[in-house]
Amino acid sequence: MTNKPVTRTLRKRLRTRTLWVCAVFFVLLAVLFSVTLLLGEAGLTAREVLDALTGRASDLTRFVVLELRLPRAAAAAIVGVCLGVAGAIFQSVLRNPLASPDIIGVTSGSAAAGLVAVLIFRLSGLSLMAVVVVGGVFAAVVVGLLAWRGGMQGFKLVLIGIAVAAVCTAVTSYLMTRVELRDATVAYTWLTGSLASVQVDTVRVAGLGAAICLVALGLSTRQLRALELGDATATSLGFHVEQSRIWVLALAVVLTALAVGVAGPIAFVALMAPHIARRLVGGTSLSLAASAAVGGALVSGADLVAQYAIPGTAFPVGVVTGALGAPYLAWLLSRTSSSQPGGNS
Amino acid sequence: MTLPDSPNIPDMSARAASTGAASTGAASAAPTTKGGARQDAAERNLATERSLGAEKVTLGYDARRIVENLSLDVPQGKITVLVGPNACGKSTLLKGFARLLTPSAGQVVLDGQNINSMPSTQVAKVLGLLPQTPIAPDSITVSDLVSRGRYPHQSWLRSSTAHDDQIVDEAMAAAGVLELAGRRVDELSGGQRQRVWIAMALAQQTDILLLDEPTTYLDIAYQIEVLDLLMDLNRTRGTTIVMVLHELSLACRYADYLVAMNSGRIVAAGEPSDVVSAELVREVFGIESLVVPDPISGTPSIVPFSRHHRPVAGD
Repeated sequence: MTNKPVTRTLRKRLRTRTLWVCAVFFVLLAVLFSVTLLLGEAGLTAREVLDALTGRASDLTRFVVLELRLPRAAAAAIVGVCLGVAGAIFQSVLRNPLASPDIIGVTSGSAAAGLVAVLIFRLSGLSLMAVVVVGGVFAAVVVGLLAWRGGMQGFKLVLIGIAVAAVCTAVTSYLMTRVELRDATVAYTWLTGSLASVQVDTVRVAGLGAAICLVALGLSTRQLRALELGDATATSLGFHVEQSRIWVLALAVVLTALAVGVAGPIAFVALMAPHIARRLVGGTSLSLAASAAVGGALVSGADLVAQYAIPGTAFPVGVVTGALGAPYLAWLLSRTSSSQPGGNS
Repeated sequence: MTLPDSPNIPDMSARAASTGAASTGAASAAPTTKGGARQDAAERNLATERSLGAEKVTLGYDARRIVENLSLDVPQGKITVLVGPNACGKSTLLKGFARLLTPSAGQVVLDGQNINSMPSTQVAKVLGLLPQTPIAPDSITVSDLVSRGRYPHQSWLRSSTAHDDQIVDEAMAAAGVLELAGRRVDELSGGQRQRVWIAMALAQQTDILLLDEPTTYLDIAYQIEVLDLLMDLNRTRGTTIVMVLHELSLACRYADYLVAMNSGRIVAAGEPSDVVSAELVREVFGIESLVVPDPISGTPSIVPFSRHHRPVAGD
C-alpha cells in the first residue's frame, strides 16, 4: 500500500477527541472540586483554605476544610467516577442502554442492606459501608445466578435484575413504614443519596477500592471491547467470553457498591454519564475515561447545586441528579423509539 | 440426470490444483530453512498448511442433540459449502468448528490437536469466524471495528502498532470498504456492512475462515459480490473457507467441495458436479427438481418444482 494510512489517521483523530473530552471534564471536575472547598457557611477566604490544605491555618479552619469540605469534595468526585464507569460497563456488556446498576438491582440491594444496617443495627461509617458493599454484591450474585443458564444473556439479566430490584425496594419500603418518624427522615435522606454527612475514613476506603478497580478495568479494556462484538465474534477473536464478562461485571458491581457505601444510592448518574460521554466522544463504542470524567463532574456539580442553589435549603444530592436525570431518561427513551434501541444493529 | 461436461469445471479444478501446487511449492522451495519459507508465505499473504476436521462429533444445545457422530475432513485451501434444510445441523456443525459449541462426544481437530484444548488466542490466529448475525456496538466506525480483528495478534502490553493499522488498511481495501473507513457501521447498507465484517475477518489474517450464511438478508447483487470476494480470498491467498449457504445453485457455483446435510448427518459430500442430482435434492430437501448445468458456470443448477409449477411435458 502506497496510500496514506487511513486507520492510523482515524485512530489518532479519535484519540485526540477522547483526550479533549476527558481533559475538559477533568478540568471542570477540578474547578467544581475547588469551588466545593471554597464555599461554605464558615466564610473562609481562598487564602485560608489554601493555608488549611498546607497545614498552616488555625485548628478550626483546618477542621472545616480538611474534615468537612475536603471529604465532601473528594466523595463527590469518587462517587461520580465510580458510578460513571460502572454504568458504562453495564450498558456495554449487557448491550442495553438502560442497563445501569440502579435498574438491575445492585443499587437496590446495597440500599436495602444499608437501611437494615442504619435502622436496625444502628451502624455508620466503615461498618455501614461494609454492609452496603456486601448487600450490593449479594444482590448482583443472585441476579447472576438466576440469569445463568449455560451462559449469561444480557436481556434476561436485565429483566431478572429489575425483579430483584423490586424485591429489594419492597424490603426498603417495609422498613420505612415500621420506623419512628425521626429515624425515617435520616433513613430517607440516606436513601436519596447524600454527601452531607460523608466521613473521612469511608471516603479513603472508597478511594482506594475504586483506584484498584479502575486499574484492573484499565487492564481489561481489550476484553471490554471484544465483548461488545457479541459472544460469537469475541470467541473467534480468542477471548474467554464468560470469564471476561463475569470479571468486568464484578468490578462494576464493586464500584457501584463502594459509591453507595459512601453516599447512599444516588440516582441516575450511572445511567446518564456514559450516554453523555458517548455522545460527546462520538465514533466510538465505549470510553471508560470519558464516562469517569463526566460522572465525576456530574456529581460534583449536582452537589454544589444541592447545597447552594436555594439559599438556606440544602437538598440531598440525589434529589438534584434525579431531577436532572428523569427528564434526560425521558428524552433518551423518546429518541430511542425513533431509531434503533442501541447496542445491537 | 447427469451433467454434461462443461469447460468451466476442469478450469476450476485446475485453479484449485494450482493453488495447491503453490502452497506445497512454497514449503519445498526452501529446503534449508523451513521457517524462512513460512515467513515468505506470510509476507506474500499466503496461507500456511492447516488441517481442520470433525472426528465423530456430537453437538447440540442442552440435552437436544443436533449433530451426532459426524466426521468431516475440511479440504485444505478449498471452499467448502454446507447445505441442507433448516435445522439440519449445518450451522451447529459450523459452531462446533468455531468453538462456540463444545462437542459432548468426539472432537474437532485443528492441525492434529483437539481444538478445545488449544490456547484460545492461538486458535484465533488460525481460525476466523463471521457469525450469522454479527453485533456491532452502537456508533462504532468501520476502521475501529475492522481494527478489532487484530486482537489475537496483540496483548494488553502490545496494542495497535503502525503495522497492525497497515494490515487493517489492506483488509479494508481488499473488501472494498476503505473509502468507508471513517463512517459509522450502523449507517451502512446491508451489503456494505457484510463487507466490513469480512474485512474484520481478513484483518485477523487466519488461514481458515468460517462463515455462517454470509449472504442472508442480502439482495442478489450483494450476494454475488460477497461470494466473489470470498472466492478471491481463497484463490489469491489459499485461505480455506467453510461456509453455510442457503441458495443451492450459488452454493454449487462457489463450492469446491459441497457437503449436503440432513437430520444431523452428511448425506453426500464432494465436488458439486459429482454429488448434486435430483435424487440428492429429493433426499436432502424433500422436493422434486430439475438439475441442469448452470449456463454461466457449468456447475449444477437446481430448478425446483412446486405445486403450481411442474414440467409441462413430464420428465
